[in-house]
Amino acid sequence: MSPDPTPMQPLVAVEDVHTYYGKSHILHGVSLHVERGEVVGLLGRNGVGKSTTLKTIMGLVHPDRGKVLFAGNPITGLPAHKLARRGIGYVPEDRRIFRLLTVMENLRTGLDRNGVTEARKQELLDKAFAYFPVLAERRNQAGGTLSGGEQQMLAIARAMMLEPKIILLDEPTEGLMPRMVSQIRQIIDVLQREGVAILLVEQNVPLTLEASHRIYIMEKGTVRHHCAASDLKVDDAVIHQYLGV
Amino acid sequence: MSKRSATVYWTGFAIILALLIVAPLVLPEFWRRFVTEILIWGLLAMSSDILIGYTGMVSFGHSAFFGLGMYGAAAALLMVRPPNLWLAIVYGLIGSAAIGLFVAYFSTRLRDIYFAITTLIFSQIFYVIIFTWTEVTGGENGLSFRRPPLAIPGLFSAPFTAETLHWFVLAVVTASYLILRRITQSPFGMVLQSIRENEPRTRAIGYAVERYKIVAVMLSALFAGLAGVLYAVQNRFAAPDFVYFLVSGETVIFNVMGGIGTLVGPIVGAGFFLLLREAFSRFFTEYYLIPVGIIFIAMVIFMPQGLLGFMRRWLNR
Amino acid sequence: MGIEQIFAAIPWETIIIQTVNGIVTGMILALIASGLTLIFGIMDVVNFAHGELFMLGAYIGVVVITTSGSFWLALVIATLVVALLGAALQITTLRPLLGRDPLTTILATFGISLVLQNYALWQFGPVARKIQEPFTGYFTLFYLEYPWYRLLIAALSAAIIGAFWLFLKYGKYGVWIRATTQDRVMAQAMGIPVPWVHTGAFAIGAGMAAASGVLFGPLVGVNHAMGLDWILKAFIVVVVGGMGSLGGSIAASIFISLLEAYASIWVSPAQAGIVSFVVLILTLLFRPTGLFVPTPK
Repeated sequence: MSPDPTPMQPLVAVEDVHTYYGKSHILHGVSLHVERGEVVGLLGRNGVGKSTTLKTIMGLVHPDRGKVLFAGNPITGLPAHKLARRGIGYVPEDRRIFRLLTVMENLRTGLDRNGVTEARKQELLDKAFAYFPVLAERRNQAGGTLSGGEQQMLAIARAMMLEPKIILLDEPTEGLMPRMVSQIRQIIDVLQREGVAILLVEQNVPLTLEASHRIYIMEKGTVRHHCAASDLKVDDAVIHQYLGV
Repeated sequence: MSKRSATVYWTGFAIILALLIVAPLVLPEFWRRFVTEILIWGLLAMSSDILIGYTGMVSFGHSAFFGLGMYGAAAALLMVRPPNLWLAIVYGLIGSAAIGLFVAYFSTRLRDIYFAITTLIFSQIFYVIIFTWTEVTGGENGLSFRRPPLAIPGLFSAPFTAETLHWFVLAVVTASYLILRRITQSPFGMVLQSIRENEPRTRAIGYAVERYKIVAVMLSALFAGLAGVLYAVQNRFAAPDFVYFLVSGETVIFNVMGGIGTLVGPIVGAGFFLLLREAFSRFFTEYYLIPVGIIFIAMVIFMPQGLLGFMRRWLNR
Repeated sequence: MGIEQIFAAIPWETIIIQTVNGIVTGMILALIASGLTLIFGIMDVVNFAHGELFMLGAYIGVVVITTSGSFWLALVIATLVVALLGAALQITTLRPLLGRDPLTTILATFGISLVLQNYALWQFGPVARKIQEPFTGYFTLFYLEYPWYRLLIAALSAAIIGAFWLFLKYGKYGVWIRATTQDRVMAQAMGIPVPWVHTGAFAIGAGMAAASGVLFGPLVGVNHAMGLDWILKAFIVVVVGGMGSLGGSIAASIFISLLEAYASIWVSPAQAGIVSFVVLILTLLFRPTGLFVPTPK
């Protein structure tokens, strides 16, 4: 286990990262950081590299240049399963729950780690079912039979089973009805109150501005704008410039 | 190809060709046969390269094309008197082309692993047929026949000597190489390579990928069958062992060892493998495949581009 | 001819005997094919060396029985040794190839199969060995003395497959294997050590092949080439059953074995082997995703 970082070190730091998919140069020097317990929003049009940034932090994609640090320790190039165990949770675009596994089995994939007692596992499960009662109802159903919104909740709950220090959320409200969107909004608040940091990639600008402490805006593979969320309004010129149609 | 590259290439080509022409005159009988065999297996491997190296289709079915070329030639040499070299070639090519059509049909409906496994199984089907249809194919014992004379009707006819046989094989293999090289460098060849790089995109651009694949398979089958005919003529027998899928496997080994997508690489690969076999047989007798197999695995892991892989770009310009 | 005469002309007794034979062979084939399907489903590797793992299992069985006299000990030891060998092979030759062109794994496993075959030839020679059945004993099935042992093989194979299925469904690592098979990337993101799951799955597949080798040993001679026939059949079964579908390959194994058993009533066993090829071609033509896969996606 890594020693506690000094209070000055961010939880996650991405420094000048360049990532390629084959020959495509997707990230052209991305730098950002997330402090403990913060909610940070990452905005930008489709295809600017937001998801790739999350994947790079999660170790699913390795950068050609640059560094990623977690609690002060370099994690660049480490495989994703080690990072998950260190405390990085990932909720991808289109959820990607295990469709042929039951809800319980999906949650179990995050629970079966070293050093977790049976009692603690039960606590975590109870917590997940308390936050997401619909999952408790469907606990023995196959993941593929759940609705879109339910799958999203399962994806988030599954990541929570890792007891992460940060959760990377990729477009959690995409394709969801307004009622579910506000539920997601509430979950973000709950997670933040529990001290879990969140790096939130979203197309839904108002929700992001409301939920986040700070905002990064990306364009063409790099960060173009960075400020406190309170500095921006939905109709701000900056928003139009980087996100407007 | 730039002027300078072309000069280097053709000079190298000429030198190697000259060496091969002189070979039977200076080498002892054993090594003379050895070189001729390398050429024949090299032709087989080259035909396989069209599919693996240029179109991106891995086939384990070349033993079927090779075997049918061999048996086709056998049929001509046994059924038609006097035995005629050119008829043997024609029969052999027809035989392998027929199988080629069959395989080509499936090639358009299957991708990657499924295609590879299916071609493997097809070659086994032919093995079983040839092995059990004893009345026609001689079954386990195969067929033996007399070597036809080198003849151009009306001009001359002379039985093959060790040297002239070697030169004949060399001529056929060289001509095949030049033809295949011309084809791979043509627009048709470019489309094949595009299919290998990115099939969906090639299709999206508007090419009838299926047609190209069928032609590629047919080409490959024809030249593999030609290799089979040469083998039959050289060794004067046809046996089911050559249709067994292990032959296909060895062909793929030649390709990988020599470098796929280079056309000459597979010939070098065949030579390399056969040399290794010779060398290791001295120490390991018939278990030479243990060290050779290990070398092969190591090459797949550490040197996947093969011996000539580094020259691939240059050889294809 | 009247109905009664047609009825009398059909060799019912032989058909029933062949049904039993077909099921026995089918279960062995299912055990081999399950390992192959597991390996393919989880890491997209077509394990060409699977037949040789079967063969090595049989040979280790021979060695253990010769020294200890116990068939059951042979079964256990062969399974464990080959499982370990499988793990070692996967780590040394297949892990470096992860993420590369699938062709390379076919080639690497083909190379392994050549090495293993010739190693066996070197160590044990070309003469076939025999494994003694754990017990002799026959019961009368119509006009034949049918060995109990054959039924035992079928039962044991079914038991092993059943145990494996239970492990997949309820075991902790079973969930890991299923998750990794479905979505390797998200399995990693959930902290599952995917490289080790791959190694483990390969070891399990290898162990199952070895067990089949020991079980099947008493029925035929054990020799270095015995893997070749089985690997081809197993490939056919995996494709016909739907690549990656465990249930499909089991069903396909029994289906094809039954058809071949019936065919050999009228033609020679070598020619009956063509049946499986024909089934493959028909499957590829009309239902390429697999005969026993519910609906083509």
